[in-house]
Amino acid sequence: MGAAPASRDVTSYGMGLAAPLALFFLLFFVAPLLQLLWLSLHNDTAGLHWGLGQYLHFLTDPFSLGVLGSTLLLGAEVTAVCLLLGFPIAWLYQRVGPKLQTIIILIVLLPLLTSVVVRTFAWIVILGRQGIVNATLQSLGIIDTPLKLLYTQFGVVIALAQVQMPLMTLPLITALGRIDPNLDDASCSLGAGSWRTFFRIVLPLSLPGVIAGCTLTYAAAITAFITQSLIGGGQMLFMPMYLYQQASTLQNWPFAAAISIIFLLAVLAVVSVFTTLGRLSRGYGGA
Amino acid sequence: MAEAQGGRSLVVDAVTHRYPSGALAVENINLDIKGGEIIALLGPSGCGKTTLLRIIAGFIAQTQGRIIIGDDIVDALPPNKRAVGIVFQNYALFPHLSISENVAYGLAARGVDKTSRQREAQRLLELVQLPTMAERLPRRLSGGQQQRVALARALAIKPSILLLDEPFAALDKNLRLDMQIEVKRLQRVSGITTLIVTHDQEEALSMADRVAVLSHGKLEQFGSPSDVYDRPQTLFVNTFVGSTNRMPGVVVSADRTAAKVRLDAGAEIIARPAAGSLTEGARVTVCIRPEHLQFVGDASGFAGVVGMSLPLGATVVHEVTTADGSGVKVSQARIGETRALASGAAVRLAPLAPSLANAFPATL
Repeated sequence: MGAAPASRDVTSYGMGLAAPLALFFLLFFVAPLLQLLWLSLHNDTAGLHWGLGQYLHFLTDPFSLGVLGSTLLLGAEVTAVCLLLGFPIAWLYQRVGPKLQTIIILIVLLPLLTSVVVRTFAWIVILGRQGIVNATLQSLGIIDTPLKLLYTQFGVVIALAQVQMPLMTLPLITALGRIDPNLDDASCSLGAGSWRTFFRIVLPLSLPGVIAGCTLTYAAAITAFITQSLIGGGQMLFMPMYLYQQASTLQNWPFAAAISIIFLLAVLAVVSVFTTLGRLSRGYGGA
Repeated sequence: MAEAQGGRSLVVDAVTHRYPSGALAVENINLDIKGGEIIALLGPSGCGKTTLLRIIAGFIAQTQGRIIIGDDIVDALPPNKRAVGIVFQNYALFPHLSISENVAYGLAARGVDKTSRQREAQRLLELVQLPTMAERLPRRLSGGQQQRVALARALAIKPSILLLDEPFAALDKNLRLDMQIEVKRLQRVSGITTLIVTHDQEEALSMADRVAVLSHGKLEQFGSPSDVYDRPQTLFVNTFVGSTNRMPGVVVSADRTAAKVRLDAGAEIIARPAAGSLTEGARVTVCIRPEHLQFVGDASGFAGVVGMSLPLGATVVHEVTTADGSGVKVSQARIGETRALASGAAVRLAPLAPSLANAFPATL
């Protein structure tokens, strides 16, 4: 803004147009965040004494650190499962006819069209003691007593992976679609087998999509309050629920605020690692 | 040169391919290609030439027929085991690998160690005259340079057959000529049996030892450039390769080597029966190229009225309307007195020689 019309660069736009959104963010995002930060810097629940006590408490408390660690680990596991299951689907999508493509995209998008609560309850039905998985395995005589699937890390990872799968698959489909199909043929004609072609050509060229998908899946998985709590039950405690307990049940707002800030920083750290990797791989795109 | 292990023969034996939909892509194609030859697969888009190329490369399994390279039937081999080098129309260089990594890619797939790989890549880059580009990424190179890299990459695996898919289509005219000369030079040096797919007849005629003309999935003619140009076997070949005038007529008398045809335009001329013998009284289409028609002073030939004369530098092209109302083009070399004729001038035209007029059975 502010440049004379004659010398105006067509690529510069009036920043004024962004003002309504900026104001909105300022009021409802930046201000609460600052309030949260302010709150976290108090040693007592009444908010009278300034200090770093809440942070010290969290960082010296093995239980709190354990919750943070298991949450970050949960995100990593969900992301890994999504990547391993989502990549073949995205790969398949680029190699089938238009009819099958429509079906695949429908299946991929289906989770987004149902409420998270409904999907999570479906998983409770599937994973429960009398659920579909246990009933099938028992009737086939593979197991005698029901497996404990619900309220385990395994159950949470599986349910979250299904819930977050579109966030991984869609960027992968886009990234794989941008790879020239002739490159596959070229690699093959030069004597490379399918695996070499995959690891030397397809995978490196799809890295921007892999990184975008991982970032989205990771961020969504570790903050997924509903699925984590319902499938995890009372035994599994992750950061969102921990935070909720401190704020709502124990009314310890300064500690809850400190947990939030620490969690936020931890997530930002992981996401910025992904983005840095993304920037390094961007050199591959285009051409 | 080290690549001179090339020169294996290639036989396309009665190859037919149907799409899953049942439509024929190519039908009963037979090509017998000697080691070291340059062959052009010429045809309009959709004629099946690219399908045939992909069958030879192994990307498509043909419905019927065999592909034989040297003494081996390769139908059961996947593309990565056929040792067929391909240069794609868009070059298909790996965008994330440097030029030398691109060239060395096939060698790496064959388990060649790193130092020999780099040495070989450098040697090939020198062969295609790009020795200083080794560390760059493909997108930093111009179209012509990318094509040289694609050639070097295909040659690196010492292929027994080199396939070029519309290799010059993406280049501008001047560069195209340079690259055509370059490819021909590399082919001479390496002696590799080479197949060029193209829709550009000039490219096919200038580069190839023999030209295979395809139309609607069928092989129309397979012969030397002069055979294809001067002695076309089908009407399609005559009209697709070079330009021609199509003149309808009736056979007056015919034997195996010559046919007397009464043109609808009003003259009897001698023409060459292009595809076997013609029967008396049959309707035919006579094709005469514009440069094979001449103006005559006597009563021989057929009459016409000049519509327009276009001096095109080295030649002058006259558009003449004949008595039956059809238009013919006459091309004259510009020597001395040759000049544009006035519109409306009455002229008489005749073919330069009987062998230069080709008669084909008329298609309904």
